[in-house]
Amino acid sequence: MADVLALERICKSYNVGTPVETEVLHGIDLTMRAGDFVAIMGPSGSGKSTLLNIVGLLDRPTSGRLAIAGVDATDLPDAEITRLRGHAIGFVFQYHHLISAFTALENVMMPMLVDRGRATAAMEQRAADLLALVGLSRWKDNKATAMSGGQQQRVAIARALAMNPALVLADEPTGNLDTASAEAAFALMRRINREQATSFLLVTHNLELARRCDRIVEVVDGRIAAPAP
Amino acid sequence: MKRWLPFEWIAALRFLAEGRLQTGFILVGIAIGVGVIVFMSALLVGLQANFVRRVLTSQPHIQLLPPEAVARSLRTEPGVIEAATVQRPTQRVLSVDQWQMIRTEVAARPDVAVVAPTATGSALAVRGDASRSIGMSGVEPATYFSIVRVPDFIVAGEPRLDSDDILVGTELAKDLGAAVGDKISVGAAAGGRRILTIRGIFDMGNKGVNERTTFVALRTAQSLLNLIGGVTTIDVTVRDIYAAETIAQDIGRIAPVEAASWIGTNAQFFTAVRAQQLSNTLIRLFVGLSVAFGIAAVLVVSVIQRSKEIGILRAMGTRRGQILRIFLLQGAVLGFLGSLVGSSLGAGALLAWHAYARLPDGTEFFPISFDPALFVIATLVATLTGVAAAAAPALRAANMDPVEAIRG
Repeated sequence: MADVLALERICKSYNVGTPVETEVLHGIDLTMRAGDFVAIMGPSGSGKSTLLNIVGLLDRPTSGRLAIAGVDATDLPDAEITRLRGHAIGFVFQYHHLISAFTALENVMMPMLVDRGRATAAMEQRAADLLALVGLSRWKDNKATAMSGGQQQRVAIARALAMNPALVLADEPTGNLDTASAEAAFALMRRINREQATSFLLVTHNLELARRCDRIVEVVDGRIAAPAP
Repeated sequence: MKRWLPFEWIAALRFLAEGRLQTGFILVGIAIGVGVIVFMSALLVGLQANFVRRVLTSQPHIQLLPPEAVARSLRTEPGVIEAATVQRPTQRVLSVDQWQMIRTEVAARPDVAVVAPTATGSALAVRGDASRSIGMSGVEPATYFSIVRVPDFIVAGEPRLDSDDILVGTELAKDLGAAVGDKISVGAAAGGRRILTIRGIFDMGNKGVNERTTFVALRTAQSLLNLIGGVTTIDVTVRDIYAAETIAQDIGRIAPVEAASWIGTNAQFFTAVRAQQLSNTLIRLFVGLSVAFGIAAVLVVSVIQRSKEIGILRAMGTRRGQILRIFLLQGAVLGFLGSLVGSSLGAGALLAWHAYARLPDGTEFFPISFDPALFVIATLVATLTGVAAAAAPALRAANMDPVEAIRG
């Protein structure tokens, strides 16, 4: 089975070609197989977020090779990158980032709507199924602003799954939630991972949650510090 | 969610609906702007058409006259000194040289509508012991009446001109104590005298004109003015009244006549019309600009407020073009809706003007033009202005770096 993620000697520098050029990632190698549930840990400023942005195709590495779901994304043009991102990657952010003008159901439909241009009954059905999966069927017609933080994060998880992506990236998905909601969100992701074999890459500061992942990758000063067992 | 609507439309409409207060305020702004433009345009177009109509239905656009007689010195050889004063010659009533040929040539021009030769001179109208000096215009009714619409002003009798007929104004008829069918004696300074029958009485709405102006058949005037076969002026109307001056200069170059256009003879009036057009255009331009900047300002704020959402949309695979269209559409929708409301406001104001702005006798100042094309154009222009105004904010949104946008 192809790797969902393959990073080879990824480097990232900012302000390239200026006197203040700074390299924040120094040759990262990382591979994830389908169904992996991996936590990235590391102190602030270690390059975790930069790494996640590169994996999420939101940012390009300065050098190195990168393949997502078996597609080499290193030299893809912008339009192709955008397409690959929409199809292969789901995002869950710390601050939920639901689109406030839309209901929970519509937010979950959004990636499919963006991809296909018009809403269909099948899309609505899939979104409703996903909301049922995260246990929010009752709230499907609520606007984002009319839900609790935990609920919004579960909608965001459902949305990340809408396109049936190979890899879900979660940037501190529980960082802004109370303990109970955080536990619920984490348990949900773990369950989806087990039931649907979706790969997850989590950035977290919560060691207790990280320990319940398959693998912990520690990033220190732009390098992977200790290969996890 | 509407299944038939494309994603960009759904997002644009939702964003507008969510920012209800902003959307509402800018819509009111656009509506007032469009309303002012519609109202002013209709008012000024009506005013101008009315002015032009009033001035130009009672006079030709171009008059061709015989060249002015000038005194020339007899000798020009060197050493001969001319008298210090050269007396201006008197201007006799002269015929336009070769007027039939000029008439044919001018009438053949595609930009000329009507050509009417006239023989004009002064005369004395006598009935019983009353006599009045009059201006007598000998005309061909068929052509001349389509330049000066005498038949429209007839209040008694009919606008017919046989060789023994005359049309007189209401004041002259009163002064001479004459009615339709009565006979008056008309004598020209050149010596001719004839008995003419009053065939019609007109009221041109001006006392001086009604006192002095009379119309007779061209041949009658020719014989009275001792101008057999000749005419004193050739009156011309053109298709584009604003091109009259150019056409007049053109004719003046090719024919031995002096060509005077209404623009030259009514310079002040023409300047007023032009100034009005210019100020109208400027006002519309600036109102339009301020509306456009209003739309742009609202959308810039919206882009900044929604930068996180734009970032998340980009992260989930939304293309730059889609983001661009979402914001361009918002501009278009604002322009379109605003102009619909604005057109209604403008139409309402026009109706109110129509109902309340009246002369003391109850007639309206002037007919306002209520042209549906004006509303269609206003709506189209406002929509396009909305799109143009949205361009800068939309580009800003489309070019947003999703990483920066999400981080905020």
